[in-house]
Amino acid sequence: MAEMTPLLEMQGISKSFGSTHALTDVAFDVREGEVHALVGENGAGKSTLMKVLSGALKPDRGAIRLRGRAYQPTSPIEGRRAGVAMIYQELNLAPQLTVEANVMLGIEEKRFGLLERKSMAARVGHLFERLNHPEIDPHTLVSDLGVGARQLVEVARALVTDAAVVVMDEPTSSLSAQDTEKLFEVIASLKERGVSVIYISHFLEEVRRVADRFTVLRDGHTVGTGDVAHTPAEEIIRLMVGRRLDQMFPRVDHERGEPILEVEGLSGDPVPRRVGFTLHKGEILGVAGLVGAGRTETVRALFGLDRLEAGSVTVAGRADRGRTPWERIRQGFGLLSEDRKDEGLAQNLSLADNIALPHLSPYTRRGLLSPRRMKSGCSTWMDNLEIKARGADQQVLNLSGGNQQKVALARLLHQDAAILLLDEPTRGIDVGSKVTIYRHIGALAKAQKAIIYVSSYLPELLGICDRIGVMHRGELVEIRDAAEWTEQSLMACCVGENQ
Amino acid sequence: MTDRGERHKAGTGAAPNHTGKLRRFFNVFGPFLGLALVVVLFHCLEPDTFLSFYNLKTVATQTVIVALGAMGMTLIIISGGIDLSVGSVIALSTVAAALGLDAGWNPLYCFALGVFAGGACGMINGLIVTRLRIVPFIATLGMFSVVRGVAMYLADEQKVDAPHSWIDRLMDINPEPSWLILPPGVWLMIFAALLVAGMLRYTAFGRYVFGIGSNEATARLCGIKVERVKLWIYTLAGIFTGLAGTMQYSRLTVGDPTVAMGAELDIIAAVVIGGGSLSGGAGSVLGSMIGAFIMAFLKNGCDLVGVPNYVQKIIIGVIVVAAVAVDQLRHRK
Repeated sequence: MAEMTPLLEMQGISKSFGSTHALTDVAFDVREGEVHALVGENGAGKSTLMKVLSGALKPDRGAIRLRGRAYQPTSPIEGRRAGVAMIYQELNLAPQLTVEANVMLGIEEKRFGLLERKSMAARVGHLFERLNHPEIDPHTLVSDLGVGARQLVEVARALVTDAAVVVMDEPTSSLSAQDTEKLFEVIASLKERGVSVIYISHFLEEVRRVADRFTVLRDGHTVGTGDVAHTPAEEIIRLMVGRRLDQMFPRVDHERGEPILEVEGLSGDPVPRRVGFTLHKGEILGVAGLVGAGRTETVRALFGLDRLEAGSVTVAGRADRGRTPWERIRQGFGLLSEDRKDEGLAQNLSLADNIALPHLSPYTRRGLLSPRRMKSGCSTWMDNLEIKARGADQQVLNLSGGNQQKVALARLLHQDAAILLLDEPTRGIDVGSKVTIYRHIGALAKAQKAIIYVSSYLPELLGICDRIGVMHRGELVEIRDAAEWTEQSLMACCVGENQ
Repeated sequence: MTDRGERHKAGTGAAPNHTGKLRRFFNVFGPFLGLALVVVLFHCLEPDTFLSFYNLKTVATQTVIVALGAMGMTLIIISGGIDLSVGSVIALSTVAAALGLDAGWNPLYCFALGVFAGGACGMINGLIVTRLRIVPFIATLGMFSVVRGVAMYLADEQKVDAPHSWIDRLMDINPEPSWLILPPGVWLMIFAALLVAGMLRYTAFGRYVFGIGSNEATARLCGIKVERVKLWIYTLAGIFTGLAGTMQYSRLTVGDPTVAMGAELDIIAAVVIGGGSLSGGAGSVLGSMIGAFIMAFLKNGCDLVGVPNYVQKIIIGVIVVAAVAVDQLRHRK
């Protein structure tokens, strides 16, 4: 009987951003007191769906019912009041306030305008006792807590408003194994109290442990739902991947040359862990893995942006450790950041400035920069990469994502980098720009450049790389020739179900 | 059941660790130590006069204006903002009070007028920050100039003489009646400090001030009306600045549109020495009061010893930077 009417029902949810359909006619339901896993590849629409649920986003179409009644939150506060609590990936706490103040923020108990500090502290303390974590003192400052304990503070904040549904978005991505165990205990105790948990995770082994049911999203569609206990892992992976290789990867024939970069035991804090590989001239080495697997950290460490804890990097036969980005650029490295907005490009500088920044000498005469030379040099790159802009002096800020990314790539070409570290170079850009970038990467390999290509989009890795390595929880677990991988086996390896 | 030892070893990090405790200790006592150091130093240099009751009263009286201003500034800085218009607002307050008295108003109304002028300026600051969405630094930089100009216009670019009244005696070092022991201005400062400290600690408003400064996005997520709270913060701060302005008037006994040039920097320095963080979320009334007293003791002590003015300025500058440097060392793990 209770099974018949779900606690939460989302039907026909659609949401578009411009011309991209983030969600199309998605159906999703959660029963009372169950843990429901929401799985899917990066960009499948999980976060968008949860934003709709929390009230942070308004759907274009579709209806949500909570406890059988229509539910149309217009803000996260309304969602919270109605009983939907979010626990975000990035923790949302005020570090300088105490645990108690954080849990009670916005719903303080007052009498005659004064805070009932004792009663609030007791209430919060009681809450942690029920979560089986009485050791968390409500008077501690949140900044003095570890990550695991902070997450519990967020859980407590969800419970104090009597949430009926708690959404956990990748809750274990920053937790140690022990803290993860503790979180699972907490989830079990939530279930006992009839609270439903929507559990978003890439890690299938976690899903199998904590979840009762699962729903798979792919490209903004619901592609399957079922009981975790009765569904083999391969089936879930098949649902997650599900698509064919598109014919959008122009291949430029290139030949593999001699080794140029040898990496051994590369370790950072906390990731990567003992990463080792050899990269050759004229080779494109793909790196697959889930968000948080340590791919970005690996290229950052190679480029000297993050500190190395251990390991050695051999460039063209010479070994060293812990160089600075300045020295790496001299050695011929070039990095394309995954974060083009905050790190990759100087948004309010012009195209010409951005492209010339790491390598100004061609535009310098007797120590003085020549803006004219800079502009004409930049125009060449603009033609070459089909960058659509008003001119070389336009601010990067106003360019589309695809054109911005081409500017970032043009910088590496201008710099004439021999070892290119490309971190998610096609994320969030249009298909046309993607194809341009693929073609240029192929041409670079033909010109005997060495390329590391980090991506979460499996078809493109399979389409353009010579070899592909997979990272899982900080380790580079396996490297094979691209032909020996399938999307299925890559995804299985990414989620830790390696055969 | 979970093995206790295991749980301890695993450590969610919940048990307050020793470094945390030590840090808290320094947070509270760091500024205190600084104050003690200054007092002991000058006591050694001037054993007869420096710690005499009369001199202590003098220092307390000299602290009043900066300390009152610092009460408002503490609220603003904890919330992650800044107010550069304070000096100008103090000047406007003195002019407003003087003009009222000159027109023959009841001194009580004139006192209120001075405070009101401050509150109004604070509210305008708050409106610029919340409605026009201009960062506090720029908003109050603009008001810094506008308010000074308005004060000069109202005062006809000269000092405003006003008839004597009881306001003139609020900052008398020997108060009347004598059972007050301390000048009324000093009592006002103590009262204001207790009020603000209580507000920060015991009201929801106080929590929102910290919450907004610590993580504005979270505050908004928790349903706090961030804009409204900010408007209140700036308005309240303006009222305290207005109070500081009327005390300034009491000290001068004339309205002076050019007074308190640079006072905002002394006031910000007091808050920062007392542990306030310009990135928000940290600061305390006690700390700011100590900061104000450190600066007052320094000035007074240097005057007694005969250290020239320029050396005082250098010392104060060094102390501000040193206080923040020590603060950052504390926060580095």
